[in-house]
Amino acid sequence: MAAYKMELTAEQQAILDGQKGETLAKVMKTLIMYGEAFGATKMVPVTGEKGHLVTSFGLKAMTAVYELMDQLIEAGAISQQNFSVDPKPLDPNVPANFLENFVFKNFMYTRQNSYDKQLEKLGLLHKDAYTCACYLDEVGNTPKKGEVLSWAESSAVVYANSVLGARCNRNSGIIDIFGSILGYVPYFGLLTDEGRKATWIIDIQTKEIPEAQVLGSAIGMKVMEEVPYIKGLDRFIGTELNGDNKAYLKDFGAATASNGAVGLYHIENLTPEAKEQGDALIAEGAQVYVIDDAELKRVKDNYPVIWKNPDAKPKLCFIGCPHLTYDQLVDWTEKVEKKLKENGRKKVSIPTVFTAPPAVKEAFEKTDYAARLKATGVILSYICPLMYMNNPICGKKPVITNSNKLRTYTTARYYTNAEILDYITKEVQ
Amino acid sequence: MKQFEGRVIVPGTCQAEALVSHGGLNTLASFQKALQFGDKKATCGDQNNPDLYGKEMAGKALCLPQTIGSTTGGMVLFCANAMGRNPACLLFSKPIDSLAAAGAILSDVWTASSMPTIDSLGDDFLDAVQTGEMLKIDEDGTVTVL
Repeated sequence: MAAYKMELTAEQQAILDGQKGETLAKVMKTLIMYGEAFGATKMVPVTGEKGHLVTSFGLKAMTAVYELMDQLIEAGAISQQNFSVDPKPLDPNVPANFLENFVFKNFMYTRQNSYDKQLEKLGLLHKDAYTCACYLDEVGNTPKKGEVLSWAESSAVVYANSVLGARCNRNSGIIDIFGSILGYVPYFGLLTDEGRKATWIIDIQTKEIPEAQVLGSAIGMKVMEEVPYIKGLDRFIGTELNGDNKAYLKDFGAATASNGAVGLYHIENLTPEAKEQGDALIAEGAQVYVIDDAELKRVKDNYPVIWKNPDAKPKLCFIGCPHLTYDQLVDWTEKVEKKLKENGRKKVSIPTVFTAPPAVKEAFEKTDYAARLKATGVILSYICPLMYMNNPICGKKPVITNSNKLRTYTTARYYTNAEILDYITKEVQ
Repeated sequence: MKQFEGRVIVPGTCQAEALVSHGGLNTLASFQKALQFGDKKATCGDQNNPDLYGKEMAGKALCLPQTIGSTTGGMVLFCANAMGRNPACLLFSKPIDSLAAAGAILSDVWTASSMPTIDSLGDDFLDAVQTGEMLKIDEDGTVTVL
């Protein structure tokens, strides 16, 4: 067996030596190698109450993952904590034609039912715990400041680190559940005080509040996996966390994490560590990136248009990647209603899907807003738009979105919130 | 003869043709079509990566700064290895990122596949190596342009 540099407790060493079985020994070996790649010298306990996994889809091509999960279950190596998981890939309410459905059911998500059962055996929180925005109050997986997590899902990790002050590395799928099974994660990167220091200062000089998803995209592409300290944004979004700015940061963070690889950002005078430590969070020699309106325009104008026909009429619109909060759903409902009225229309002009966590959807559906949204023709779903767009036939459709994450991973075309609202409420040219 | 010294993440030896990406490799975007639809050569599907888009990645010495994007990335690499559609090796100019490390290590521990992985080869590595050149990778992390 290879010699490892990491200092292990007697219990960890015993697991590595196979005293709790070969499978658990391999889980330990994986996390040790993973930690040592980043200079970790020890494992630390996972102190967050619940986990979050990125793999929610029973994709035929991922057979190796499900075989590994079977190995874990058979060996009794199940999670020591309950976990939530990313959104389900399919929802019959979301428009898909015969051929698209055929591909979904016969070529792509053929393992969905069996994988859902595996997740239950491994420790799924509850049958509706499928969302990327697991940290929202309605879902019930909101870590506390300082807690160590073993999560994956880039948008959830960056939110937990930055807005909640929890500590989690940008783990990959599988690594997430390995930490939950062992109850330990290697100590490096964003778990350490040093790793949470900012190596970039972002100086926001825009005249108005920047579009969250374009700002996040610009920063992500510039700083990649480094930690940015953002100055000048509190002028627009305030100095106390509230529903509005948390939703803004959810969307902003998802763009930083998908357009780059940001796992933590600090917003001056707003996010917990920035409020406590201020400029002391900035590492010596940090680089500076000035963002003004021209820079945001440059970034947005450079997004490639990869539709076969760039002038095609959009056939579908997705809003809610990451999943929408309850307040965002209400806000969008009111805006769509108002704009439709102004434009003399009753229903949206492009099939439009709003996506939200099952628990948020359920809460929303208990209010009068549900009927109002339905009257506009908008469909409310718990789906993962990314998983939908992964269908190559769906991927050929001209789809528009306000999500920079969806733009990055699929052929969907990005528009700002205002542009999207305009698009779906007027006659399509 | 150009030679670079890196740090070994997953040990091994191989000889393979270089495929160079100057931007980050978006693992999910690059591999997802290959995994889903039987493309054994793993043709890169990331339209945002002009260096790699449309090029076959399986069996190549993939030279890159780091990987980016979805945290499914490591799992995607693991599946590519389990299916035998993986690059011959991963050669990083920068210190490895957490998703790539997870993919390389999961593949090493849990599959029969061998994908030597070396990082910290230096900033000039990606300028010095051209796509199509033959590279030799040694157990100690030395990369030689043949």
